Amino acid sequence: MRAAHFCESCGKVQPPIPVDYFSFFGLSPKLNLDVAALEKSFYELSRKLHPDLNARAGSQEQAWSLEQSSLLNDAYRTLRDPIKRTEYLLHLEGVVLEEQSKSATERARATGELKKQIVPPDLLEEVFELNLHLEEMRMNKKMGDDDPALFEEIGKAKLSLEAKHEALLRELQTYWKEWDGLIDRGPDASTTNRQRVTGKLVDVLNRRNYIRNLVRDVNAAMEN
Amino acid sequence: MANDRIVGIDLGTTNSLVAFMQGETPVVIPGDDGLNLLPSVVALDANSQPVIGNAARNALIETPERAVYSIKRLMGRGSEDIQEELKLFPFRLAEDMQPGEVLRIKLGDKTFTPPEISALILRQLKRSAERFFGGPVTKAVITVPAYFNDAQRQATKDAGRIAGLEVLRLVNEPTAASLAYGLDKKQNGIVAVYDLGGGTFDISILKLHDGIFEVISTNGDTHLGGDDIDNLLIIIALDDIRGDLNLDLRRNAEAVQAIRKAVIDAKIALSSQPSVKLDIELPGGQHYQREITRNQYEQLIQPVIDRTVGPCKQAMKDANLKPEQIDEVVLVGGSTRIPKVRALVKELFHREPHTDLNPDEVVALGAAVQANILGGGSEATENMLLLDVTPLSLGIEVAGGVTDKIILRNSTIPASATQFYTTQIDGQTNVAIHVLQGERELAKDCRSLARFDLKGVPPMAAGIPRVEVKFLIDANGILHVSAREQRSGKEAEIQVQPSYGLTDEQVEGMILDSFDNAEEDFRQRQLIEARAETSTILAALEKGKKSAAWGALTTDEKKQIAKMEKALVAVNAEEDYQAIRKAIDALNQGTMRLAEMMMDTAVSSALKGKNMDETDLGEGPTAPHPMAKAEFE
Repeated sequence: MRAAHFCESCGKVQPPIPVDYFSFFGLSPKLNLDVAALEKSFYELSRKLHPDLNARAGSQEQAWSLEQSSLLNDAYRTLRDPIKRTEYLLHLEGVVLEEQSKSATERARATGELKKQIVPPDLLEEVFELNLHLEEMRMNKKMGDDDPALFEEIGKAKLSLEAKHEALLRELQTYWKEWDGLIDRGPDASTTNRQRVTGKLVDVLNRRNYIRNLVRDVNAAMEN
Repeated sequence: MANDRIVGIDLGTTNSLVAFMQGETPVVIPGDDGLNLLPSVVALDANSQPVIGNAARNALIETPERAVYSIKRLMGRGSEDIQEELKLFPFRLAEDMQPGEVLRIKLGDKTFTPPEISALILRQLKRSAERFFGGPVTKAVITVPAYFNDAQRQATKDAGRIAGLEVLRLVNEPTAASLAYGLDKKQNGIVAVYDLGGGTFDISILKLHDGIFEVISTNGDTHLGGDDIDNLLIIIALDDIRGDLNLDLRRNAEAVQAIRKAVIDAKIALSSQPSVKLDIELPGGQHYQREITRNQYEQLIQPVIDRTVGPCKQAMKDANLKPEQIDEVVLVGGSTRIPKVRALVKELFHREPHTDLNPDEVVALGAAVQANILGGGSEATENMLLLDVTPLSLGIEVAGGVTDKIILRNSTIPASATQFYTTQIDGQTNVAIHVLQGERELAKDCRSLARFDLKGVPPMAAGIPRVEVKFLIDANGILHVSAREQRSGKEAEIQVQPSYGLTDEQVEGMILDSFDNAEEDFRQRQLIEARAETSTILAALEKGKKSAAWGALTTDEKKQIAKMEKALVAVNAEEDYQAIRKAIDALNQGTMRLAEMMMDTAVSSALKGKNMDETDLGEGPTAPHPMAKAEFE
């Protein structure tokens, strides 16, 4: 059941009820999601809730419309993206994710804190070598040198990282299935089971974020 | 009601327009000169009354110190971020500007903030619309560059309010243009709108789906446009003149404006001709002559138009689209008439751009469509809905001067984010929040939007209060902030200090209608008083004509008085109170002898034992000099 965002008979916007993003769309908190159906639902709800279509309503209704449509947009933005959706689900499950964002890195750098960087063990060697290459390229840049062989080397590393990134997304989807299975089982799913799956999701997300950051650094180095 | 008369306004850097949905078609409403485009130029005439548009354009050359153009470049900006503008544009800031104050521009001996100057332009458009409808117009949709930040949007909204317009929605210009295009096309697909105007550049990529216009990404530069090309050409001309004619005109505002006009004409001509001859008469009668070929011109402007490439690529990247995936490209803004710009667009998007609609008018037409949607819609706009995005990420400053982004750019608006704050010291009751807009990692590199002071946090041990702050960007792209302390449930008070904006009180004080009314009221009052005096003096004169004294006047004197009487009656029918007063004074002077003689008659009558009431004078002691001007301060 979708929350009643507007009156079914008169079409008027109703006050927002605090619900999670899944419930806002009348969905159960599953990770495999029909994005096309979500988009359709988003458009339908936009046609009811958007402030432009409630511009002539009373001020109370206009305020509700603003709040409801911002909620709708926030929910759609989060759920349509596979990573954001997974992170949001983990947030609902009370899991606090290690921040891997660029701003978190910058903040740690600025405050002198040591940020916990979880280097996936299977990547240790590759990352070590890549960082050496990147450092070498930066030095070359400073000296005005150009080393095509090095550039090629880094390009290869980038391709390998991108392949790993793809693999991680596939891995993530296998855990989505596990999670959705638990939801289908209903309230029977034990807390232990839920925590086991969310733990796996967190692990994949962390590894994936780490690789994404590496790819970003490599891209930045190659573009400069 | 559909006849709500909500107009759509394109408040442009160079030209402004007002449009309205007539039946099923948006139309531009012409000004009193019959033209659709109102030049965005404001000047003060000799009586310090504002003139707007073409009339003000002449003032740019004749009295440049009393005129201003391209004011849009200064909307929502602070004095420290317009240093470039000040080098290239003849903006004269008030000398007594305080740091952190909203800019004030000098026109003659008066000063105006950018929203006030924009308001004068808006009011002119409002009047055109009122003449068109034969009734008041109080509601409008106003377009802004998609890449305008919060402060620039707020300043535009303020301008509307000052002009006596309720701004129902700010619409992004490229999005508005897509509405005008979409109206007759009604098809699904991906559309890119490339909008290069007089002072701003926007690129927006939209997904059209059964009447929903969903913006996927937007990018731009709010200080890039035709103005920049004009400035390049002006600099070259000034350098030439200095070198060839040994004449330094850089400080000669009149000459610079004359050159500006000439190079703009040349620029326009070069869009259709292979070369153009400049011939400008300079002060002292010398002529500056130069031929510019299309080729030279294109080389010159290449760096300017190349600045649109980065934003276009970023917009495609953000939309996760390749040029091949874009179905149509639409050109908006006068500068897209330049063939080199069209070639660049073709190269960027791998297809021939659309130019079916007039690039100067399409934004205003789109604003009229949006106005129609807000007013309840019609058959033509049924099912049409605009889903726009915020062009810049919203962030808050966190420890170490770093920006923590809480609403990312290209998020569909309305959008919101909630943050939790706590205290660092026991008993702390205030929490300061610095809100930023921009993409950079460090707070100092982003645009400061406002500093909020959360007040009234209940005193508790450090770290215990939990203040929930909700940031909400509305459908206009403007930020709203609300806060609540969760443990006590108390609403925390928020004090906003906009970094570059007018306070509500300041806007209230500027509302033009009241200013206008005050002026008009004063004039009306003066007119009523002057006319009352006219009646008094004419009545007295009639009496005088019947008195014995009248017979004692010479034929010449009578002729003179008759002439002055006629002049007063004529001018009294006009609206000019000053002219009426002049005519009254003249008649007073001319009837002085008559008045004296009547006085004498009255005195001698009194001596004969008659009452004052029975004398010819008949006006009582307060009017011993019937034609004298009443003396009250």
